[in-house]
Amino acid sequence: MDISTQDAPVPPPTTTPTAEQKRAARGATRPGDRIFLGLSRGSGILLLVIMAAIAAFLTYRAIDAISADEANFFTAFEWEANSTPPRFGIAVLAYGTIVSSIIAMVIAVPISVGIALFITHYAPRRLGGLISYVIDLLAAVPSIVYGLWGALVLVPNLKGLYGWLDAYLGWTGIFSWQGLEPRSLFAVGILLAIMILPIVTNVSREVFRQAPQMHQEAALALGATRWEVIRMSVLPFGRSGVISASMLGLGRALGETMAVATVLSPNFLIEASLLDGGGGTFAQNIASKFGEATETGRDALIASGLVLFVITLLVNGAARMIIARRKEYSGANA
Amino acid sequence: MKLQRKNRLRALSLGAVAVTGALALTACGSDDTGDTGNGESTAANSAIKCDDAKGELLAAGSSAQKNAVDAWVKAYTASCKDVRINYNPNGSGAGITNFLQGQTAFAGSDSPLDAEEIAKSKEVCKDSQAIDLPAVGGPIAVSYNLPGVDGLVLDAKTLAMIFNDEIKTWNDEAIAKLNPEAKLPSTKIQTFHRSDDSGTTDNFTKYLKAAAPENWKYEGGKAWEAKGGQSANGSSGLAQQVSQTAGAISYMELSYAKDAQTVKIKTAAAEPAEATVDNATKAIGEAKVVGEGNDLALELNYEPKTDGAYPITLVTYEIVCEKGNKAETLAATKSFLNYVTSEEGQAILKDASYAPMPEEIITKVRTTVAGLS
Repeated sequence: MDISTQDAPVPPPTTTPTAEQKRAARGATRPGDRIFLGLSRGSGILLLVIMAAIAAFLTYRAIDAISADEANFFTAFEWEANSTPPRFGIAVLAYGTIVSSIIAMVIAVPISVGIALFITHYAPRRLGGLISYVIDLLAAVPSIVYGLWGALVLVPNLKGLYGWLDAYLGWTGIFSWQGLEPRSLFAVGILLAIMILPIVTNVSREVFRQAPQMHQEAALALGATRWEVIRMSVLPFGRSGVISASMLGLGRALGETMAVATVLSPNFLIEASLLDGGGGTFAQNIASKFGEATETGRDALIASGLVLFVITLLVNGAARMIIARRKEYSGANA
Repeated sequence: MKLQRKNRLRALSLGAVAVTGALALTACGSDDTGDTGNGESTAANSAIKCDDAKGELLAAGSSAQKNAVDAWVKAYTASCKDVRINYNPNGSGAGITNFLQGQTAFAGSDSPLDAEEIAKSKEVCKDSQAIDLPAVGGPIAVSYNLPGVDGLVLDAKTLAMIFNDEIKTWNDEAIAKLNPEAKLPSTKIQTFHRSDDSGTTDNFTKYLKAAAPENWKYEGGKAWEAKGGQSANGSSGLAQQVSQTAGAISYMELSYAKDAQTVKIKTAAAEPAEATVDNATKAIGEAKVVGEGNDLALELNYEPKTDGAYPITLVTYEIVCEKGNKAETLAATKSFLNYVTSEEGQAILKDASYAPMPEEIITKVRTTVAGLS
């Protein structure tokens, strides 16, 4: 027995396949496959390299500025980066960026979800197509045009709304208004909401359209109304899609530059009221100060850009975590 | 998906139509100004000596003098067809940086070089140094929006208190004392300043600091330092805010304040001065040259005694190397600056709401330009 097993020829191919066999097992490889693999792998690597290069550039320039800063970089309420010694802090910018984006999200996300549901589940096909088309147009408008429209049309017409908010909600402190020009973070939030509407709507629409027909028909068969169908089978399915759509919109809101610079009346104060002019955002501050900045001034602006970069990374990371946790609902987000 | 792609295509084509439409419109717009510019340039051509200037002249800097440079370039290149001049109005700070890095032939700046920048310029100017040549002036108008109250008179102290939030309404005693005959309303004063860093802010606050030191205690600089007030982006943004806000007051280059009410400034002279191009030239006439050697940096007198001299004035400089300019651009730079400082070059400034330099100063600049090498 022992001998016979020792003598038995062990077929090497089965245990250690040659490289050729391996390739054969994966299917035939032709030059096209290899080129395509190289290209797609290269694209992936290129993306990482670009991100790393941006981060390295921002950090490198920011370190100089932050070490020269005489004020506290995170808590100071001033931006005198061109004076010697430079004094600047990002507190007001961080507050303004986050608050204006939150206002934009609060306004834009429910409306976008509403529009997307209307297009996919309520509107007649033709009307839905027309609305999609108009929404696409909104996405094609350059941000400076939004800014001009905001400054010339939106802001002058916001006085009524501001007065109403002041009269009924002024007691909260958040909505008190001194009667100045309504060029505040709240106006910026409204404008940003309009700007991110198309992105959030388009992505949500695609997700809702993919909601499984079977679930919806099953719900209908059980006697659900249309609203109940949407609530039970469409919304849970689309939730993570809507979250990632919102994050795309939030990314645009956080980084919006020209529209904010045109509409906002910036200063370096944090006011309790959203309606009294003031504040500033990272991108707006960079756009406003870059032209006349000295070398340190530029590095200071780049340092503020680094903070925005980090905030954006954190927001995206948080969104990914939320989506990962809700993955069981989703077929749309791989 | 197909439907969506089609939509996007349609959106794109509509966007393209809109863009071409806008381009066509702006093209028409620039054509209009081109006509008037050409009309003047044919008259001014006699002053332009091309010599052997050719090639491309790169320059960058102050946006405050952009329209002046544009007018000069149009007239100059119409005569000297071998020279192309590209002035990038990216701001004085950026312009000086570009120049010090050797990227441009000259820079435009709202303020003269500081000691550190002069020291740095020795590198690009090969042992020589960069010098400031004052070439354009401009009044900074204080414009306001108060229907029924024309020709408002203010002095430095009142202006400082208004922009400092110490005077809050238009019928304040300090304003009433300066305007005994005006019917001042009790409207709230809304001050507007630049939200972007700007040489205009720098020069306006320099005036407040020099003429009202008791009431304006900030260091000065291109960023607005006083707390309070509202802000807007660019002079055009300020002009727009003033035009749509009753009770507003702000400062801007004269060309932006053409349609608005402007404040007359009470100075040491007998009569308050109006913001006009001629009055600005009169005030610059009282300036002292503080630069060393061929550097013609000016120090303005903010309390001029000449009748009509308008004290809130900005002077922009062309910055070049005294010696050691790059050989390939020297001829073109010299020839262009010769035209800029010539009588004709200075004369066309008025049409663009800029102030020509007073005779005494521009003569010195001419001599210096002739000696550039």
